[in-house]
Amino acid sequence: MSQLKTASAPTPPRRSWTLSLLSLHGLLLLGALLTLLPYLWMISSSFKPNTEIFSATLEFIPREPLLENYRTAVTKEPTLRAILNSCIMAGGETLAVVLTSIFTAYPFARLRFQGRDALFLLVLGTMMIPSQVTMIPTFILMRWLGWIDTYQGLIVPRMVTPLGIFLMRQFLLTLPKELEEAARIDGCGRLRTLLQVLVPHLGPAVATLAIFTFTASWNEFFWPLIVVQSSEMRTIQLLIAAIKQAEAVDWGVVMAVVSLSVFPTVVIYLMLQRYFVKGIAMTGLKG
Amino acid sequence: MIPGVPLSLAQRRPPEGTTSQTEVQVQPSALTHTRPLVTEETRFAWLSLMPAILFFALFVGFPVIYSFYLSFHEWNMMAPRPTWIGGENYAELLRDQLFLRSLLQTTLFTLGITVCIVVFSMATAILLDQKLKQIQLYRTIYYLPAVTSVVAIGIVWLWIFDPQYGLINQLLRSVGILGPRWLADQQLALPALIMTAAWRNIGYFATIFLAGLQGIDIMYYEAARIDGAGAWGCFRRITLPMLRPTTLFVVIMSVILSFQVFALVYVMTGGGPAGATSVIVFYLYQQAFTYFRMGYACAVGYVLFGIIFTLTLLQFKFFGKQVEM
Repeated sequence: MSQLKTASAPTPPRRSWTLSLLSLHGLLLLGALLTLLPYLWMISSSFKPNTEIFSATLEFIPREPLLENYRTAVTKEPTLRAILNSCIMAGGETLAVVLTSIFTAYPFARLRFQGRDALFLLVLGTMMIPSQVTMIPTFILMRWLGWIDTYQGLIVPRMVTPLGIFLMRQFLLTLPKELEEAARIDGCGRLRTLLQVLVPHLGPAVATLAIFTFTASWNEFFWPLIVVQSSEMRTIQLLIAAIKQAEAVDWGVVMAVVSLSVFPTVVIYLMLQRYFVKGIAMTGLKG
Repeated sequence: MIPGVPLSLAQRRPPEGTTSQTEVQVQPSALTHTRPLVTEETRFAWLSLMPAILFFALFVGFPVIYSFYLSFHEWNMMAPRPTWIGGENYAELLRDQLFLRSLLQTTLFTLGITVCIVVFSMATAILLDQKLKQIQLYRTIYYLPAVTSVVAIGIVWLWIFDPQYGLINQLLRSVGILGPRWLADQQLALPALIMTAAWRNIGYFATIFLAGLQGIDIMYYEAARIDGAGAWGCFRRITLPMLRPTTLFVVIMSVILSFQVFALVYVMTGGGPAGATSVIVFYLYQQAFTYFRMGYACAVGYVLFGIIFTLTLLQFKFFGKQVEM
């Protein structure tokens, strides 16, 4: 597991106060418990038969754990299709955002041209605009293009993000200029310099951006809610919201679908945690 | 290498295939340090920016303008074109009780969640800043909700708040208390939403506060200790003032995000009971996609934009003075 830089540095006790070790552990444990409890409740419910779900006694460990809810979730509900849709949307968006961020950030970080700084400020300024303001005209545009209820309708309006451009630019600025200069002297064109000399060094930034974009897109609700109309095109988030709207909520099945939907992002996070920490450090923002 | 002067182009072998008229002309002027009107560098820069420029024009520029235009029109998307009605949409907003109520409830939600976040995230960050062997594990756990989707969290908490079989009321029952109806209760629905949102966001903002804490030089604490300052004194005189920029950032982010709360409301209450949790964006969504009042919804969007913009500026003005951003 990765460590924050400051945490691993062997500094003497530095804080203003040292809480007594016992109360410190107690508080941290309480917080961890409060954080984990909803997850445990979700997983526990997803393995319970209906008789146990609707039972007056509180039990975390199902008496007769069963996979029935998961079986129903993948056979009766279009869960797998929804997961596939989410994968296509999040994957497409991630690929697009990484590519456009590299090409857009490069001139801002490395080239000199008139109006560069003003243009960059303008790009950052678009972060101030709430998506609800642009949503309706974008929806009308999608309708005019015939992109309602399509993958391109889900992906294209989110292909460029100011955050991605910002993150990539910050990272490019940390790379030494000599890197490209050597290649330029050897007569390498700008495009080739970018693709063959700089891009191989962008690994950590690309990983951070890709993870943030994928997670954010996987979790996105608002835009898919507007663009998707048929039940086949539903993303996993839309499916969860839809089966909850059903007349009689079958909580066991709902919790099974929710568990399946949460699983990928949690696994990505646990495996690639250092990139999340880096992302926050670099931008102070969520993707 | 003199900064600001391009690599002497004369030394360079012409790049294969791309040698153009301009580049040949560039060479003498580069040697005399005057720059031609359009250099190869400028050309490449704009070319590289072109996709993003087109994107922003189409998906930000056009929508921002068109949305403003529509906000002065009436349009249900069926009619061939929008009808001009002047400022009627904005005038109607001022009379619209449900809108005003949504505005008030959004404000309450924002206030509640922002106070929760500042207090609990800062406290959590201080806990997470202690030197313990297991601290990394705690940091990992506390951040978990931030990577979980709002929809999933909303559903799980909906189930936790279930009056009969939910976790909270089951726990309360086990100690002999009859729990309230939470999301079905007009008084408690909004606080329950705030609780859920706080649960999701505290760990995320604690990570930001933690970064702020780790930027404070230990020398201040050591000096204070020599001067005999206690724990509370250190917190008030050092930690709090030094965290000012971080706090400002957290408050601004929290306000911006909370004013746009939508998915949580959509999933957990649908604006109910009896409109008790209707918030601005939920109201906007209903106007646009339930009643197809596109012009009116755009007016709501612009009011939201105005509020967020004004609040951000105000926070900078009042709290940003002593802050060096």
